[in-house]
Amino acid sequence: MALSPDGSSAAPWPLWEVFVRPKRGLSHTHAGSLHAPDAALALQNARDLFTRRQEGVSIWVVRSSDITASSPDEKEPFFDPAGDKVYRHPTFYDIPPEAGHL
Amino acid sequence: MLAPSSARYAAALGDDALVLAQRLCEWATRAPAIEEDVALMNVALDLLGQARALLSYAGELEGAGRTEDDLAFLRDEGDFRNCQLVELPNGDFATTMARQLLFSAYQYELYTALSASRDERISAVAAKAVKEVTYHRQHAAGWVVRLGDGTDESHARAQAALEAVWPFAGELFEPAADADLVQKGIACDPAALRPPWISYVTSVLAEATLEIPTTTWAPTGGRHGLHTEAFGYLLAEMQHLHRAHPGATW
Repeated sequence: MALSPDGSSAAPWPLWEVFVRPKRGLSHTHAGSLHAPDAALALQNARDLFTRRQEGVSIWVVRSSDITASSPDEKEPFFDPAGDKVYRHPTFYDIPPEAGHL
Repeated sequence: MLAPSSARYAAALGDDALVLAQRLCEWATRAPAIEEDVALMNVALDLLGQARALLSYAGELEGAGRTEDDLAFLRDEGDFRNCQLVELPNGDFATTMARQLLFSAYQYELYTALSASRDERISAVAAKAVKEVTYHRQHAAGWVVRLGDGTDESHARAQAALEAVWPFAGELFEPAADADLVQKGIACDPAALRPPWISYVTSVLAEATLEIPTTTWAPTGGRHGLHTEAFGYLLAEMQHLHRAHPGATW
């Protein structure tokens, strides 16, 4: 929460979600969240908070309010029906030895 | 006083970084937001790294066995050769950011020039530091623009901040090294850094809708050991532990 100089609480900075692509990684992964007044400063803050130890080579930031997330209440209808459909996993194939290690 | 002149030069650059690092650390837990707290400490840590490399080198050049700690913690006020800009009290956040803008823009030009120094140690420190100060400059410029081109309150405070620190920027472009070091290509001529510096600072201030101060007051003396009243208090805080417990380690 940002405080104005007289100690009263000012309008808080909006929340941003940070995604970092690690050096050897192919995709950005969620690293955490932070507060910042705008996108440029969110990126700057993300650099200082999440890549201090050379964790990444690329950063994305997105306003948390712009993310549409699935609801925890809908967890069962959303995810449980996939539970008994093991045939969706590609584990029923014999891999020919010529294919080697995939 | 440090001798030879190359040791004095390394110490002057190192003292700038050391003293500003100490000042910035005063923001720990007091920055406007925790994210900014971390950002300022990162900048301070970069500066401390530069200071350590430069003061260690100054001690080696002197050849009297003094270490970076001896130089940082056991010299008195008059032996420090930092410019007065870095020792100024932090003031409000706008003042700190105005100082950061003026100083990191100077350090950017300085280290860019020193990357080509004939002294390998100086050029190595400069080549590493130029990447760090590129970010410091960007960080400060971002804030100066946001504060200057923000609300009426932030604009007024940013302008007042600029008026407060601006006179001290003149000293940055006065000779920090003896003329022979510049001739040998070891040091750079600070006067030559001013045109690119003013061009960058002017562009940032224009975007920030801030006016360049017109004051002609030009305080100076840091390079000769003359410091502002605030500096003694800074040193007292920075040095007291080492002086009270000589050789203390973690």
